[in-house]
Amino acid sequence: MSGDCILTIDHLTMRFGGIVAVHDLSFDAERRKITALIGPNGAGKTTVFNCITGFYKPTSGTMRLTHDDRRDIQLERLNDFRISKQAKVARTFQNIRLFPGMTALENLMVAQHNALMRASGLTFLGLIGAPSWRTAEKRAIDQATLWLDRIGLIDRADDAAGNLPYGDQRRLEIARAMCTEPALLCLDEPAAGLNARESAALSELLLSIRADHGVSILLIEHDMSVVMEISDHVVVMDYGVKIAEGTPQNVRDDPKVIAAYLGADEEEAIAVMESGT
Amino acid sequence: MDYFAQQLINGIVLGSIYGLIAIGYTMVYGIVGMINFAHGDIFMIGGFIALISFLILVSIGLTVVPVILLIVLLVSMAITALYGWTVERIAYRPLRHSFRLAPMLSAIGMSFVLTNFSQVTQGARVKPVPPIITGGYTLHEGSGGFVVQLSNVQIIVVVTTVVLLAIFTWLVARTRLGRDMRACEQDQTMAALLGVDVDRTISMTFVIGAALAAVAGMMYLLYYGLVDFFMGFVAGIKAFTAAVLGGIGSLPGAMLGGLAIGLIETLWSAYFSVEYKDVAAFSILIIVLIFLPTGLLGRPEVEKV
Amino acid sequence: MTGVGVTAPALEATQVSRAAGVAFIFKKAVISALVALVLFSLMIGIRTEAGPAGQLIYWTRFGDLAAMVATVFGGSIVVELLRQWWGPVDTVRIVPPRVQSTLALARRAIAPVLLVFTFLVPVIFYNERYILDLGILVLTYVMLGWGLNVVVGLAGLLDLGYVAFYAVGAYSYALLATTFGLSFWVCLPLAGILAALWGVLLGFPVLRLRGDYLAIVTLAFGEIIRLVIINWQSLTGGPNGVTGIPRPTLFGIPLTPADDGLAARLGIEFSPTHRIVFLFYLILALALLTNWVTIRLRRLPIGRAWEALREDEVACRALGINTTTTKLTAFATGAMFGGFAGAFFATRQGFISPESFTFQESALVLAIVVLGGMGSQLGVALAALAMIGGFELFRGLDQYRMLVFGLAMVLLMIWRPRGLIGHRAPTVFLRHSHAISSDLVKEGHG
Repeated sequence: MSGDCILTIDHLTMRFGGIVAVHDLSFDAERRKITALIGPNGAGKTTVFNCITGFYKPTSGTMRLTHDDRRDIQLERLNDFRISKQAKVARTFQNIRLFPGMTALENLMVAQHNALMRASGLTFLGLIGAPSWRTAEKRAIDQATLWLDRIGLIDRADDAAGNLPYGDQRRLEIARAMCTEPALLCLDEPAAGLNARESAALSELLLSIRADHGVSILLIEHDMSVVMEISDHVVVMDYGVKIAEGTPQNVRDDPKVIAAYLGADEEEAIAVMESGT
Repeated sequence: MDYFAQQLINGIVLGSIYGLIAIGYTMVYGIVGMINFAHGDIFMIGGFIALISFLILVSIGLTVVPVILLIVLLVSMAITALYGWTVERIAYRPLRHSFRLAPMLSAIGMSFVLTNFSQVTQGARVKPVPPIITGGYTLHEGSGGFVVQLSNVQIIVVVTTVVLLAIFTWLVARTRLGRDMRACEQDQTMAALLGVDVDRTISMTFVIGAALAAVAGMMYLLYYGLVDFFMGFVAGIKAFTAAVLGGIGSLPGAMLGGLAIGLIETLWSAYFSVEYKDVAAFSILIIVLIFLPTGLLGRPEVEKV
Repeated sequence: MTGVGVTAPALEATQVSRAAGVAFIFKKAVISALVALVLFSLMIGIRTEAGPAGQLIYWTRFGDLAAMVATVFGGSIVVELLRQWWGPVDTVRIVPPRVQSTLALARRAIAPVLLVFTFLVPVIFYNERYILDLGILVLTYVMLGWGLNVVVGLAGLLDLGYVAFYAVGAYSYALLATTFGLSFWVCLPLAGILAALWGVLLGFPVLRLRGDYLAIVTLAFGEIIRLVIINWQSLTGGPNGVTGIPRPTLFGIPLTPADDGLAARLGIEFSPTHRIVFLFYLILALALLTNWVTIRLRRLPIGRAWEALREDEVACRALGINTTTTKLTAFATGAMFGGFAGAFFATRQGFISPESFTFQESALVLAIVVLGGMGSQLGVALAALAMIGGFELFRGLDQYRMLVFGLAMVLLMIWRPRGLIGHRAPTVFLRHSHAISSDLVKEGHG
């Protein structure tokens, strides 16, 4: 694919013992675009995410991240926390992983850890209360406040994250990922469990994140209304391999995709797909 | 070579005792996911009960050694098993679904209770017993005059361990109780939904673990000829090391780990230094956990993201 | 007399359920007594002892046995009755809201009141040496508890070998002072640094371990340190310990009756109490330093990372937090405070031996942290006061003391698994700082 890619996945394979979860997968994600990764349950989408974000080490294949300044980073060579710290890839989780005993605000402060660590002079400046640290801390709180405002949770800033309603937790997790100032945001089923109104609000949030922050988004999603509405490019997986890719329209009409989703029953598949738009 | 062979025998005997205690740790860890800190003290109680019942039998004039041994074995198993049951009932069951640290502290508290209970009731001094089983076989007489010996006590310890392990393996693999135990290990809620009495199964796990610890206590008494109130702590940690080394949750693993720890300890004492034998055992625990966190026969734990 | 009117129906209700339960209670008590009879039959009924010629002798104590069984029988009835009276109602819910708000107010006042009182203890109890000594002991444990709280309460790492760092601090000071003649004030930071180094040394390989495995490895580490101290006689003096450890000086001025002593310089009459009072304020200062640093650290990124680690390690990694160094800093910080406390212990005692650094100490400090409510500074202080004070109350019981202590640990855990103060205060807030219920706060897996 031509164009400006932020992420290039090349022949990615992930095996667990004898099971091949992802087989020889290649696709690109374009800069400042929303790329959706869809497919039936067990297709290997989350495994791809875990490889990209360093939780799994791929069996073979490469994942290249190209920053705005043309700097290339081979993601498979970095492990866990360095992916977020150095490669600027942030993620959310399928089953929300907030810090439930910390407030919404604290969650967003933790996300700014690395910047704040530098500002606090590896804790020592912070311990003596140096002015430079104070200003940095204030800036971090402002940044967090800004995001709380954007996701509509400013009134619940001081409530424990574990006490927030489900939809709010989903949005807070996205805001937390954004507080790490990522270049690529990976969202694992952000609309799961949301009602129609919340899904629509989520679509809006994601579009505005892309527009305002120039962040590229990689998305796993089952909610077709969200996928169809906001994706620029869709990659479809089934049984660990890519079976189709293209614009949402192309993918939607692809018989292979329909077959993968609902067995061979095409009519039913089309009905579902259409109800989603 | 002869010296080595002798140490090997001694190591296997010691390892059998550790293995018997380790089974209790591994079973409880497998089923309720906690380290039963009081288990070492259950072993110590088992030793005391064996000592006292032996004393009574001898003083009422019983002289047939096999009968004495059998009665002592049964009595100490039964009473110690009740200790295991009581400990679970009082200290662990109320905390079963509580926070992770609460049962652990409760277990440590229970361990203190048992240690000091026997100190208070039986005194702090070491209790020696005269050799109950004497004699043995000379396996090999070396040219230098060093004799490799296998005493009758050693034979009894190893044979008892093997027999009990066989019975126990059968129990877990073939009986209803064993099936319930394995079911609870996998998923307590589901097991309960399918009609398994989870409380009873967990109680039975503690009972069996305590009974085996009692056997270990009795074997220790026979082999070393003494018991004291503080012997449970170190033996407990070593047996836990054995359970971890073998792979926690695995019964053959616990036995294998017990043998390994017994051999390491004996050989270390024989060739390096007696003073640092416990340091060696604990260092091995640390090394094993770092390089082989699932133990020799354990199942790998997959981290879910 | 309105109170009677309110409670009368409640009383009637309990009486009905009590009447129905008499058979049940009796049955339960009989079973308990039978179990007790079997349990205690040999252990209490028969007393063994090594005779004068090395043979084993025994005598019976059936009276004691009967008394114990009767106690269990009676105790079981009492417990069951209490349970029926109390009902399954949570004690907190019985308390009316007005009382609760007063309690909340009292809770806010308790820390400053406690602090002021502590400062005044040497003034009020100047002539009561025993109370001063007890105060020093309690404060030592408060400091140890606050130090361990960083590791267990904040970072959620279960450390059962904390006493190792206490020992490293104590021996560092003792050996540096006796061999090189270094003063307390030079050795104090050194002891802390050495303990922190040991913390890192231990932490580096083991921090990948989770939960109970970490607990058992730290326990083994604590034992290794103790065994090495016992056996490395040429350095540590083995079981005999180190004697003649220099007493602390007030920045070079000794607290002795000598001519250059503090009393002589101030022109007042010398009294040994001066040194006790000095030690009291010294440990108070050290403890408050620990507290201040911990409170500060909680509001810094490192402290928030510790708490985040306790909440969810995977999420931390996804946010670019280096979990290994974060855990190591927690371990090292906790170890450093343990080292300070150890150095203080050595200078106070003037003599140390491996006996002071057993697993029981680790368990006691951990019990203080957990009972205090993990992560709560005030809770830890209260728990230390309760535990050590309670422990002192039973001093007369001598060998029963550890028995009672163990039993208390079990009962306290059953009564309050989340500790005395079971809520968490946020480290930063926009408008209001709401306490976070302990049900939401995780306790870590590491």
